[in-house]
Amino acid sequence: MIAELGHFALILALAVAAWQTVAPLYGAARADRALMASGTMAAVLQLAFISIAFAALMNGYVTSDFSILNVAENSHSGKPLLYKISGVWGNHEGSMLLWVFILALFGASVALFGQGLPQSLKARILSVQGSIGFAFLLFIVAASNPFTRLSSPPVEGNGLNPILQDPALAFHPPFLYAGYVGLSISFSFAVAALLEGKVDAAWARWVRPWTLLSWACLTIGIGMGSWWAYYELGWGGFWFWDPVENASFMPWMVATALLHSAIVVEKRGALKIWTILLSVLAFSLSLLGTFLVRSGVLTSVHAFAVDPARGFFILLILAFFIGGSLTLFALRAPALKAGGLFAPLSREGGLVLNNLLICAACAAVFIGTLYPLALETVTGEKISVGPPYFNLTFGPIVLPLLLLVPFGPLLTWKRADVLPVMQRLWGAAVLALVAALAVLAFTQRGPWLAPVGIGLGVWLLLGALAEFSQRIGLGALPLANVWARLKGLPRSAFGTTMAHGGLGLLIIGVIILSLWREEHIVSLKVGEKVEVAGYTVTFRAEEPLQGPNYVGRQGLFRITKGDSDVADVISEKRLFAPGNIPTTEVGLLQTFWGDIYVVLGDAGNDGGHVVRATFQPLASWIWVGATIMFLGGLISLTDRRLRIGVAKRAARPLQPAE
Amino acid sequence: MTRKQTRTTIILASLGVLGLAVGLILYAIRDTIVFFYTPSEIAEKHIGPGTRLRLGGLVEKGSLKPGDNATYVFRVTDTIATMAVTYRGQLPDLFREGQGVVAEGSLLPDGSLAADTVLAKHDEKYMPKDVADKLKEKGVWQEGGP
Repeated sequence: MIAELGHFALILALAVAAWQTVAPLYGAARADRALMASGTMAAVLQLAFISIAFAALMNGYVTSDFSILNVAENSHSGKPLLYKISGVWGNHEGSMLLWVFILALFGASVALFGQGLPQSLKARILSVQGSIGFAFLLFIVAASNPFTRLSSPPVEGNGLNPILQDPALAFHPPFLYAGYVGLSISFSFAVAALLEGKVDAAWARWVRPWTLLSWACLTIGIGMGSWWAYYELGWGGFWFWDPVENASFMPWMVATALLHSAIVVEKRGALKIWTILLSVLAFSLSLLGTFLVRSGVLTSVHAFAVDPARGFFILLILAFFIGGSLTLFALRAPALKAGGLFAPLSREGGLVLNNLLICAACAAVFIGTLYPLALETVTGEKISVGPPYFNLTFGPIVLPLLLLVPFGPLLTWKRADVLPVMQRLWGAAVLALVAALAVLAFTQRGPWLAPVGIGLGVWLLLGALAEFSQRIGLGALPLANVWARLKGLPRSAFGTTMAHGGLGLLIIGVIILSLWREEHIVSLKVGEKVEVAGYTVTFRAEEPLQGPNYVGRQGLFRITKGDSDVADVISEKRLFAPGNIPTTEVGLLQTFWGDIYVVLGDAGNDGGHVVRATFQPLASWIWVGATIMFLGGLISLTDRRLRIGVAKRAARPLQPAE
Repeated sequence: MTRKQTRTTIILASLGVLGLAVGLILYAIRDTIVFFYTPSEIAEKHIGPGTRLRLGGLVEKGSLKPGDNATYVFRVTDTIATMAVTYRGQLPDLFREGQGVVAEGSLLPDGSLAADTVLAKHDEKYMPKDVADKLKEKGVWQEGGP
């Protein structure tokens, strides 16, 4: 009964979405206030109906109602509650439902909090938002119904893929989707602005928080995915340049570019057309990501939909929105008035260069991801494009970008001077150079990337800190004044420092981990030991294991350094109940300077076990850096100048100077 | 600076970055891609030793032999030809005899593959598409099979 209610709610939501697409748009063309206002109601209703559907599916999972096909195929009564809940989106139908749920949530937020928006702009935004909802709801109702009933329900479900039963992965899809779908708001704003033929500072002030929110969610979503790959897949890597990873990384890059170009539109009225194009591209890449990972085009743990009809349906949605918006862009963009002037050497110029390099890096990833697919379709030849390609293309484009980051916030608008900027950064530059030279001396004829990468990481981190401490007058003013300045600083300044500094930490972690991980693969009997990076890992015992929904065996390892014990870690081999699916749990000791990563393998013919012990230097810096970037995004979001609804107040003529 | 000069500067900068990106991509695409073959294709195409490639097929039943020092030897078959693979490391959790596998590495002079990466995903949902396609071509793979 509840499942049927959910299905019915979905159909109602589809009808409401159809109204939301057509009525406000028509109303805006006819200047009909009632029709335009109906968009707000429709957006709220759509959220209500989709919430009912989502709750109904969740109820099916939590109560293990195996008469629902989707639950029977993807859940199991013996699973812990967390994984019953995360199982809702751990499959194709449920994940699409989560997608439209977040879409409706954001759509309703714009409808409710967007009272300050000009009425026709708001109507058009809601209409575009409604059309995206309509397309995906139609897809769900027609081809991907999560509420299909089974005539003879099984006693037990098939279970969720065990490697997805992990806390980081339970929250990875919601964050990633919030990021993908948040970009739909920027997209709707862009398309509405094209329809209106007008882009102004208020428009950019509205687009920025949504882009920021999406960017922050994508950052943490990708970070969680990478963290999961690091310790759950057991290979010890954190990024594989896998097409699925690239599919989420591309929207992140364009969102980063958009975040920066929207500042120029807001503050200086320049780069309007470019920002509109980026908004369109960012969401297009989100859709492409959804298509790539959900259609089964790529083989991965994400490819739930093996049904080609579904892939084709998503491809049609993709073609309609990307093709339609780009056509509209080509037709209407020339009508937008160009904005303020600026010299090439200025904050605007710096942000243009930032955008150019990010887009070039994104293009390199795009080609590396899609070229194998295109080649296979055209010639039937199968190739794989792996890390060497990305290191050769993405790396050289990103290195100059990283070099330029600390200059950005110090450049003045309109026309900047190099000398004062250099004066303010010379300390950071000297220390970064010292770091690079130290690495060079230490590694001798090592890879050139080591000194360059570490120098850049230190440069980013110290550059961000230098800019921040100068803004608050640290060292130049009495402490009381510093405190007053710190309190008066806009939240977005904290955000900038954290995002750029966090990026520095992440880069240092990535470079050091990639260059100096130390791996030993040995066959160990109980009692034997292996040396890793000055630590001794002793295989103490092998014991049977009994979990809530799995059995298996575990290897107990003791990590010692010199004569003192450091820690005990456990690596597990689990066999999950339905189907005896094996997974491996890594024994992980995290320290500031690096992780000891121990993986128990199969028994060999000599009575020993294959054990892989790895020292992963500065591994945690990667995720600490990503988390700081995410928090920086959130803190920026609380900046009162970006607060949702501020557009109305911003229209007042008197504004305090920054 | 006039609007026109600004625009010219931006266009020149864009072309510079674009040129850099295109150059890098073309260079990298030529040198870093890895082709995917089945054992019989490798036999047909006379691929020279030292070539880096991806080999796909089924792990031949009874062929997996754990060696010393965490080394494994197994044979990959597409039922027409078979090929020996040596791998040092831990085999993936889902690695099984008679199931699909993709091994990446370089070809040795004796015609075997020294693999540094072994991927195994055999369940119908996670079967490497490459392998399934090739095996379907050869009529060995049944949809929904093991």
